[in-house]
Amino acid sequence: MRLTGAEIVTEVLMEQGVDTVFGYPGGTVINIYDALYAKRNEIKHILTAHEQGAAHAADGYARATGKTGVVIATSGPGATNLVTGIATAYLDSIPMVAITGNVAMDLIGSDSFQEVYIMGVTSPITKHNFMVKDIADLADTLREAFRIASSGRPGPVLVDIPKNLTVDTYEFTKKEPVVSTRHLPVDEEKVKELARLLNESKRPVLYFGGGVIASEASRELREFVSYCSLPACHTLMATGVLSSEDPLSLGMVGMHGRVSSAQAIQEADLLIALGTRFSDRVATNKKKFANNATIVQIDIDDSEIDKNVKSSSSIVGDVKEVLSCLMKYVTKVDRTPWLDAIEKWREEIDYHPQDDPTIIKPHRLIQTISDMAGEDAIVVTDVGQHQMWTAQYYKRTEPRSFITSGGLGTMGFSYGAAMGAKVGRPDRKVVQITGDGCFHMNLNEMCTAVTYNIPIITIVMNNNVLGMVRQWQDLFFDKRYAYTTLERKTDYVKLAEAFGATGYRATTIEEFRAAFAQALEKNAPCVIECLIDRNEKVLPMIPAGGSLDDIIVGN
Amino acid sequence: MKKYIISILVQNNFGVLARVSNLFARRCYNIHSLTVSPTNDPTVSKITVVVMGDDQIAERVLKQVSKLEETIEVMQMEEDEALCKELVLVKILTPSSETCSQVSKIVEDFHAKMLRVATDYMTVELTDVPSKVESFVEELNQFQIKDMCCTGVTALESK
Repeated sequence: MRLTGAEIVTEVLMEQGVDTVFGYPGGTVINIYDALYAKRNEIKHILTAHEQGAAHAADGYARATGKTGVVIATSGPGATNLVTGIATAYLDSIPMVAITGNVAMDLIGSDSFQEVYIMGVTSPITKHNFMVKDIADLADTLREAFRIASSGRPGPVLVDIPKNLTVDTYEFTKKEPVVSTRHLPVDEEKVKELARLLNESKRPVLYFGGGVIASEASRELREFVSYCSLPACHTLMATGVLSSEDPLSLGMVGMHGRVSSAQAIQEADLLIALGTRFSDRVATNKKKFANNATIVQIDIDDSEIDKNVKSSSSIVGDVKEVLSCLMKYVTKVDRTPWLDAIEKWREEIDYHPQDDPTIIKPHRLIQTISDMAGEDAIVVTDVGQHQMWTAQYYKRTEPRSFITSGGLGTMGFSYGAAMGAKVGRPDRKVVQITGDGCFHMNLNEMCTAVTYNIPIITIVMNNNVLGMVRQWQDLFFDKRYAYTTLERKTDYVKLAEAFGATGYRATTIEEFRAAFAQALEKNAPCVIECLIDRNEKVLPMIPAGGSLDDIIVGN
Repeated sequence: MKKYIISILVQNNFGVLARVSNLFARRCYNIHSLTVSPTNDPTVSKITVVVMGDDQIAERVLKQVSKLEETIEVMQMEEDEALCKELVLVKILTPSSETCSQVSKIVEDFHAKMLRVATDYMTVELTDVPSKVESFVEELNQFQIKDMCCTGVTALESK
């Protein structure tokens, strides 16, 4: 059938199983929007307040569902507003397809109205990007975008479509949804060698990351860990893969990870790195990280092998397939002495925060949210102290339940991402935990949540400062709090009401409990402001570039 | 720092050169020279890059370039194992007849070509392996060089 380019876009979206898109209309995508409107019963479109919110929403949708998120924006400022959202998805390897309009081909290159060369702008932050110049290539280019976004190591792909192509017509034939390829032949000899190392190891540690979630390999990982009595620590990105209650879970590792897990890595004789990249927030000191261990790295992306920390050997492949293969060769080993040693560190050297019933202590707040929201809730954070406290104290037992900007550390991520998560998983509660700094960056999306009644509970941990930067200033800048004290007069309750949401304010845990209980009941967008002391720190902390020897555990 | 010759076969798409050079820039890989040319297949181009660095950087470059969607094949080449050529044009000021004869001697020794002899300058050309080109330019550096340009390395597997 002969269709316009705009209709081809909606046809390919439907063909690829897309039922939800996030976006913002404009001059160069007006025809695409017209076609979307015609298909409004098949494709749900969520109109955000700002394109950045739409990009984060598509990202949050992908993280919560495992499907590829889709965002649409117009040329020029519409496209550049997506940039932070695309970069966020890129750094965390999240499958996303961004469709941007551009000016018509005869205007391209002439600095015409709302023209930006978005290919050049997004080339360093996309897995790949396309500019479609011929309508004959439009359908297959979009299909290719979906294939690339979800194959191998996932990531965002941008497709730029000049306006005239959306008006032109071309023959369209429906095809099957693209198959994402994660399969690489696993080198069985290398797997056997790893199994031998593991079977002989006295003090092994598994260190795993977001690749386990991308590979949907949580079940395999749990079986592997349990069968081998293998203590395992995770990165921020892999929160929930292994239940925080699991006796073999060492918890989070890294700058604000547990002391016992850093100690275990330092004492390990074998470190298996699985779907993770030794980022500088984990291997804070590349030379000293796991320097007593034989390091074996497993990753689907060959370019990650030895990028940050040199391994002794490596396996390139999909986490799920490597684990399944590994299970054939590993044997049960009694590791009681090693597990006992770790248990002892947990009791003796781990940081335990102090309670104070008169104020809201961050750990108590997070524990309360965790207890009240239940296992089924998805928690979405912004970036900074509240993010680390949530990672440390929120009990997560399932993957895709903790959504956070790990790699890029994007302040302002959570509102859009929480909406995307809720739209993708309407069956699950979504709790957004943010700080007063981050909240002000994208609070405009509250209007979107209200308009579409996306019932997110937003918890603002308000300490009136940019807490994480202040913490660094406190520790390393002689308490010179340069521009981190926010003298804002925002009334969060009135603000919420002005947007048509409900606002609460809590100064004690009891007040918070009452507000949160009401918010959970309400099933509508709510904001709860919680007052936190500005001198609270995220502990423990390994300073940037430091190692276990430099760890800070007290004020 | 060592020089590494990397040969990349890419799909001849719009923007592919920008994509490859962008990758080098954003990862701070130091490009010594870069050439692009069409091949017998109009859908495929060949990029030859000379990168400065160490073995680890060379390995990273190979892996990162392989990852690009438009990359078909990446190979590292050794100057003495592959067929590598580079062309250099040098314009040398020749204020005296003595300089003229000295330059002519060097041109002869290197089997280079004398392209043009004017009253006060000479223009010479050498096409050879990169190391020869480098020593040729070094030799000529004792004179006053008015202008020069170099194509960068292009390479084929010798097998």
